[in-house]
Amino acid sequence: MSGYLSGTLAILCINLIFAYGIFIPASAGQINLGGAGFQAIGAYGAAWLSSVAGLPVWTSIPAAMLIAGLIGFLISFPVLRTRGVYMVLATFAFGEVVAGFLLWTTFFGGAIGMVVPAHIELPLLVFCAVAVTLLTFYLMATRLGLAMRSINDDEAATIVMGVNVRAVQVTAFTIGGAFAGLSGALYAHNFSFVEAQYFNSLLSIYVLLFVLIGGVQTAWGPLVGTIFFTLLPELLRIGGSWRYVVFGIAIVLMMMLRPQGIVTRAMVGRMSPRRWMPPHGGTGIPHGQ
Amino acid sequence: MAEREYRMVNRPALALNGVTKHFGGLTVADNVSFEVPSGGRMALIGPNGAGKTTLFNLISGVYPIDSGSIVLDGAPIDDLPPRKRVRAGLSRSFQNIRLMPHLSVIENVMLGQHTLANGFRALLGPLAWQRNSHWRQLAKKSLHDAGIDVDPDADVSELSYGTRKKIEVVRALMSRPRLLLLDEPAAGLNSRETAELSAFLKSIAWEELTLLVVEHDMSFVHDLCERTIVLNFGRLIYEGSTHGVQDDEEVRAAYLGSRRITPKGANPAA
Repeated sequence: MSGYLSGTLAILCINLIFAYGIFIPASAGQINLGGAGFQAIGAYGAAWLSSVAGLPVWTSIPAAMLIAGLIGFLISFPVLRTRGVYMVLATFAFGEVVAGFLLWTTFFGGAIGMVVPAHIELPLLVFCAVAVTLLTFYLMATRLGLAMRSINDDEAATIVMGVNVRAVQVTAFTIGGAFAGLSGALYAHNFSFVEAQYFNSLLSIYVLLFVLIGGVQTAWGPLVGTIFFTLLPELLRIGGSWRYVVFGIAIVLMMMLRPQGIVTRAMVGRMSPRRWMPPHGGTGIPHGQ
Repeated sequence: MAEREYRMVNRPALALNGVTKHFGGLTVADNVSFEVPSGGRMALIGPNGAGKTTLFNLISGVYPIDSGSIVLDGAPIDDLPPRKRVRAGLSRSFQNIRLMPHLSVIENVMLGQHTLANGFRALLGPLAWQRNSHWRQLAKKSLHDAGIDVDPDADVSELSYGTRKKIEVVRALMSRPRLLLLDEPAAGLNSRETAELSAFLKSIAWEELTLLVVEHDMSFVHDLCERTIVLNFGRLIYEGSTHGVQDDEEVRAAYLGSRRITPKGANPAA
């Protein structure tokens, strides 16, 4: 496999895990525009645990993921007190605080960044991306996932169904933080170098776009959105500098034509093989034949 | 009938004692006290803006009360958050349909089972992947019993208003409530659908289910409810039998007018 292709695939895997980290709270109605902050925590956590503490990859990556999840859990309480655009601003501010903290703290290398000695190869990234994808699909199929989607539709009516909305939202935000942290840890170990400037607000905006344009109703949304928006700029490279213009127009068109996202629940329902199967799991062959 | 009367002498399913609520300078519930007998079907009527839906919101915990108490099956619930009131046996529907637009029919109904699904296994089991799970079968049976014959995986937005209204009632019943608050269940339904809903509500009077129904359709009220309370400007102006409501001067002046209303099919002269 060429270096270019494996590099693109690595970014795709990292972006996909990152997107699921944003998708899970988004599916419960929480827009997180501080994604880069969580990814930075995962990346710097893994980098520090690997380079300074000398931990092996199989410890540094899960530990970084746990740290990001824990911070997600802690900040979910003040963040969930906000609503709508204020939540977007609160999470955005969180991302900026993390980036600023890392940039101005010599402990984490400051503007110079950190070198990560332990390197991981593409197969591990693919394994993690597949695992996170399957886990998210599973989560969305559970009663917890049902409650999350319900909160996104109508929070007040969900409360009246007896759902502990706050607990569900905290859980979603925590899992989201952990996934975003995992994507950062994988990034650190794959690129062997982390710097605070990479985890900027544009990264948070891009990953949120992957999720919102892919669709938050089903776990297919981030998968389609991430593949589309990671590969599209690469395919547009033939257009030179104009690729950003085309990319921008593509985003605007998507928002105009599919405001609910590329993939919706109804679309998945229509395409499901179950729709074409006879009810009650029968074979469709009349008895006696 | 004898069984219903017997149940009605037991302790009330719901008791409001001096419930008062102000929104700024506006008193939306003014020292409201009444009891809904266990197993009974009671109507809550009154003119627009009388505070009927507000009273439902106070009972279900959407708003806290300023003073008074709300007792469900002998236990005060006014300090409980809404979700704990559901666990205590209270369920409700909404005046405007509040089905989740991006959930399928069966998912909406299964959402109503949330309080019955306790523990990690129920919360984190592969619900949507088990086509024949206990939960799904339960939801399908409830839809079937309510006479709702639709594709369980259909989008709720594809369905007629009447069907959505009935699905909302089925969803509210999924938590096996002891007290069901229905906010204008017959609004927007045609006469056939209204009759079907009334028959369905009578048929589900299982065990100790108590109904409190806000409704403007007086034929529906007469058909379904033994007792009626009337609210006007947040104040209770009548509590008694549904048949007696139209003879009350204050109720007629405030709400019903002078026209006598009789249940459908009944002989007014009788």
